[in-house]
Amino acid sequence: MLAVKTGKQVEFDASALEKANEIIAHYPEGKQKSAMLPILHLAQNEFGGYLSVEAMDYIARLLHIQPIEVYEVATFYSMYNLQPVGRFMLEVCHTGPCEIRGAEKLIATLENKLGIKVGETTPDGLFTLKRVECLAACGYAPMLQCGERYYEFLDSEEKIDKLLDELRGKAAKEN
Amino acid sequence: MSRKLLLDKINVEGIKSFDVYRANGGYASVEKALKTMSPAAVIEEVKKSGLRGRGGAGFPTGMKWSFLDKKSGRPRYLVVNADESEPGTFKDRFLMEYIPHLLIEGIVTSSFALETNLAFIYIRGEFKWIVGILWKAIEEAKANGFLGKNILGTGYDLEIVVHPGAGAYICGEETGLLESLEGKRGLPRLKPPFPAVSGLYNNPTVVNNVESIAAVCWIVNNGGEEYAKIGTAKSAGTKLISACGNINKPGVYEIELGLPVEEFIFSDEWCGGIANGKKMKAVVAGGSSVPILPTELILKTANGEPRLMSYESLQDGGFQTGTMLGSGGFIVYDEDQCIVRNTMNFARFYHHESCGQCSPCREGTGWMERILHKIEYGHGTMQDIDLLWDVQKKIEGNTICPLGDAAAWPVASAIRHFRDEFEWHVTHHEECLTRNFGIREKSLVES
Repeated sequence: MLAVKTGKQVEFDASALEKANEIIAHYPEGKQKSAMLPILHLAQNEFGGYLSVEAMDYIARLLHIQPIEVYEVATFYSMYNLQPVGRFMLEVCHTGPCEIRGAEKLIATLENKLGIKVGETTPDGLFTLKRVECLAACGYAPMLQCGERYYEFLDSEEKIDKLLDELRGKAAKEN
Repeated sequence: MSRKLLLDKINVEGIKSFDVYRANGGYASVEKALKTMSPAAVIEEVKKSGLRGRGGAGFPTGMKWSFLDKKSGRPRYLVVNADESEPGTFKDRFLMEYIPHLLIEGIVTSSFALETNLAFIYIRGEFKWIVGILWKAIEEAKANGFLGKNILGTGYDLEIVVHPGAGAYICGEETGLLESLEGKRGLPRLKPPFPAVSGLYNNPTVVNNVESIAAVCWIVNNGGEEYAKIGTAKSAGTKLISACGNINKPGVYEIELGLPVEEFIFSDEWCGGIANGKKMKAVVAGGSSVPILPTELILKTANGEPRLMSYESLQDGGFQTGTMLGSGGFIVYDEDQCIVRNTMNFARFYHHESCGQCSPCREGTGWMERILHKIEYGHGTMQDIDLLWDVQKKIEGNTICPLGDAAAWPVASAIRHFRDEFEWHVTHHEECLTRNFGIREKSLVES
């Protein structure tokens, strides 16, 4: 997937920069490149949920490395988004143990309720639906990850409705 | 009741906090090791315990530790592998989430033995909330003098850093993990050199699974010989098993190694039998990578002996009739589940997770997925089954890291034990598309 060039330069604000420097300080002198993964997580959070080319270039400057070193990492790991995503990413696990406990039903139900297919974002920009591989919640399937949380045992329409309502409520509060 | 060494205090109210953990005997191994033992003596106890790596490979932990190069004088590191991503496995998550200080205590004691002053916990990035739990535990341990500078006044210093990954199964492989920790793609390294000689930043490094490190606490407190008495002769101690699939009581259980598989599945103390009154069809005993076995072979070995939850009993019969304990990811399938469908799912997983370095794996995993998709959706031929067998055979053993083997084994075992089901898919084109094995894409609401 191609990364997005926005034409706008980005950089961390003071508090994010402080966090970034704290992360870099965890690693031995001269090994600041080790901070790459946690710093990219931070950048994704700070810069609207995805990593634009400008964001990656900024991280390269911050870590004193070449931009290509950031690109090759950002394109390797599944948690980094290279395209804009909705306010809430619903990442449904569809690996074996979840599949046999109803992951496909969960995905089909979410597609129905949200009116989108996997990989798409709702027109209101609230939800992006994604399939992901094993999240280590096999005993609590079917499940999905949204932000910092796992939502497990999503085996009924009622529970799925409750989750979507909860997230919509959260978004309404923020606005 | 089976003996519990790791989770014995899991139900104590507030055990997540330092104070409660400490009041219940926590951090005793740090006191004992740092104040009364030499690093070599700690390693000796771990060797005597017979503890084997709990991540999946089962390599003796004490032996791994003894390979660590201490002579070169270069900085040494302990890296804890908390990248738990093997389908079926969710035990380390449980331990870190509910009793985080057990891991921190294990790291301090182990790092002292390895004479390292910096340890990393490489945790999979999706466990975002656990990253916070671990940092909090680290802060608490520091505030109480069990971590940081001059621990317990003994002059020993240790820092622990929690390092989140970003979604890549391959980083569970120890050299892929080290590459990732260096801020690169998680491409496994050629070995030798092994990490014990040239690991993180090309310095001597030990990489151990969360559960292995946690087990060190009990071993140091009670002695390696005591630990070796628990379990079986070749499988010492206890093991966390994460049980899932079509069972009544999915969850994380600590078992004494040597427990009969039948008891584990059907006793109410453990899995509680098959859900919805169904019959059992098959089991993947140690995470998605290990060979799947049909009911008759998981309950009894080919010789008719009861199969036990131990390294040696699960391996009995080799891959012809046996499997592996692996990571302890225990997946049970009921009679409604489709083996072809499940094998296709796993093949897709390995295709998705292949890092792409080695051609047999990069090309082979996708090829297997495509053949399996063809068979599952009713377009397969008998030749496809043979082709599938051929492809998996050509991946196995021909890659830098074990991901290739891990991708090949589920396919090989599914064909070996369930060939009739593959053939049924070939001869019943129509039914393949209409039958419902309980896993078809069917929304809970009408569209």
